[in-house]
Amino acid sequence: MAEERNARNHPVLQLTLMRLRELRREPGTLFWVFGFPILMSIALGLAFRSTGPEPIRVGVLPGVSAEVTGALTAGGVTVKVLDEGLARNELRAGRVAIVLVPPASGTGALGYRYDDKRPESRLGRAVVDDILQRAAGRHDPRAVQDELVRERGARYIDFLIPGLIGMNLMSGSMWGIGWVLVNMRVRKLLKRLLAAPMRRRHLMYAQALARLVMIPIEMVVILVFARLAFDVRMAGSWPALALVSVTGSASFAGLAILVASRAQNSETVSGLMNLVMLPMFVLSGVFFSSDHFPAFMQPAINALPLTALCNSLRAVIIDGAGIAGIAGSLAVMAIWGVISFVVGLRLFRWG
Amino acid sequence: MQAEAAQSEPAVSCRGLRKIYDARRGSAVVAVDGLDLEIRRGECFGLLGPNGAGKTTTVEILEGILEPSAGAVELLGMSWARDDVRLRERIGVALQETRLPERLTVTEVLNLFRSFYRRSRPVAALLADVELGEKSGAWVGKLSGGQRQRLAIACALVGQPDILFLDEPTTGLDPQSRRQLWELVLRFRGGGGTVVLTTHYMEEAERLCDRVAIIDHGRIIKEGSPAELIRGLGAAHVIEFKLEDGAAALAERELLALPAVTGARLSEDGMCALTVSEPARALPALIGLCSGRGAALGRLETRHATLEDVFVTLTGRHLRDG
Repeated sequence: MAEERNARNHPVLQLTLMRLRELRREPGTLFWVFGFPILMSIALGLAFRSTGPEPIRVGVLPGVSAEVTGALTAGGVTVKVLDEGLARNELRAGRVAIVLVPPASGTGALGYRYDDKRPESRLGRAVVDDILQRAAGRHDPRAVQDELVRERGARYIDFLIPGLIGMNLMSGSMWGIGWVLVNMRVRKLLKRLLAAPMRRRHLMYAQALARLVMIPIEMVVILVFARLAFDVRMAGSWPALALVSVTGSASFAGLAILVASRAQNSETVSGLMNLVMLPMFVLSGVFFSSDHFPAFMQPAINALPLTALCNSLRAVIIDGAGIAGIAGSLAVMAIWGVISFVVGLRLFRWG
Repeated sequence: MQAEAAQSEPAVSCRGLRKIYDARRGSAVVAVDGLDLEIRRGECFGLLGPNGAGKTTTVEILEGILEPSAGAVELLGMSWARDDVRLRERIGVALQETRLPERLTVTEVLNLFRSFYRRSRPVAALLADVELGEKSGAWVGKLSGGQRQRLAIACALVGQPDILFLDEPTTGLDPQSRRQLWELVLRFRGGGGTVVLTTHYMEEAERLCDRVAIIDHGRIIKEGSPAELIRGLGAAHVIEFKLEDGAAALAERELLALPAVTGARLSEDGMCALTVSEPARALPALIGLCSGRGAALGRLETRHATLEDVFVTLTGRHLRDG
């Protein structure tokens, strides 16, 4: 009494189904896959929402003439009269951009007290000086005209959403493959599968296939949410986005197999994974542009797979770049993926 | 389905099997130390020994999961090096401990394992084999220990194996689940299958096994049917006794001089075990010896000799001591 194997019972299909069923039946993972990135984008989107230019706040010490404060108020600047101690606190806390100090007897020069390392203080100084000099009768010889634009894609949330997608693709592959494989090893399930006539490569194909099923779902959920909540729009082509996401995921799948290749318990693999992922969260421009790091670090940062993924996601989603425009990043991700996969598979311990 | 000639080949044979762990780091541990085995088709063969004796390493080498450091293994006339794929389809394996995916149902797990075989038993037949029909839709995580173990065996039976390997199949199970599992093994053997199992329960070995090999420190120290091994003690009964506190101990020489006594073993806690061919002759003599000394018997028991006694006689240690 035996049945021949049929197409519905192909090992890769059954192994993929195992992975997807476990995922679906584990409520915790659903939160990390879908809930977490959405909560993150809500929180950061609210914190950094663009609500038009903030008014410039100026502190004024007693003794500054009413003429000066009047001119500033008329120029659209918020003026606060503060005593010496309070002025110091407010300046330090950034609640005023600059403090005006009454002229020292004799010199007649109005004092500008501000921190020249702070962009908002420098802006405050420029605006205050401009208003006061004009009020004092300065004439600007060159005629200029302001032309205002409101470009979509320039907001922080536009920058953030591709970063969150990149981060999510990375975590999805690392946890979804690396942690799962180690867990199977700890439970001796890997060994049991090997004792059956299972091909090793089928198990790996199944991990990849399960990711391929999950990626579009993860991406669509975040993109739809970003569109509805923040009006983040997709500028580029869907095939380009699909290519970037799959390449990025494959790259991290390789890293996941490498990280999982020897670990004998889930604590070790969690530690190793955080060791790989946390530096990239900071360096690779998920939350802020990696351009902020010094120039000597840039080559190393640009060689990281998450940098390549975030950059290419932004290029496609915000700038509408085509595949040619992201070829370099795709190559970086592919190299990481291939090398770590080959090494990982060689080191991989089944028992 | 195989030719006559192939059927006459042993189910399992291995010669000079050795497994050395961690040889590179200098602290080599010899888990299996020159082991020869020949297991016939249709028999249930037990590897009996304490924890750490090398039973699991041995079966995992036979199952083709571990590479031996030295020695040759043949299963059904095939070797792992040449016939891995073909051989794997013909054996069934239940490892000492496998935690199957907790959030899959029993049916899903069986279908997963069925997918690895070109020909496999239908799920319904497997469920009937291991009496898990009612649990077909239950998550593995919700099964009891005995049910999980029966599922593990169903996974091993998926490909209609010729040889079934069971590593400590009943460790940690309650007596009822254990008996249920024994019946399962006996049914498989009754259908002509070969069973190789490891255990440190001598009762299990006596109930299930046609032949056992007693393993200690990676070597076979005795091999034969349970009845033969017990007969090898020269006596089928054991008298265990302990003298009341304060009584002067009896010398081994005096005990061996008693009629029908073939062996005497004194343990540190004051218990004394005699292997005895005829308790009816030995007991009165023992009581006579004690009362002649004025030493009162504190405890006295007679029972049939077991494989445990064989092991203790051979090694001076108990199976559970490890």
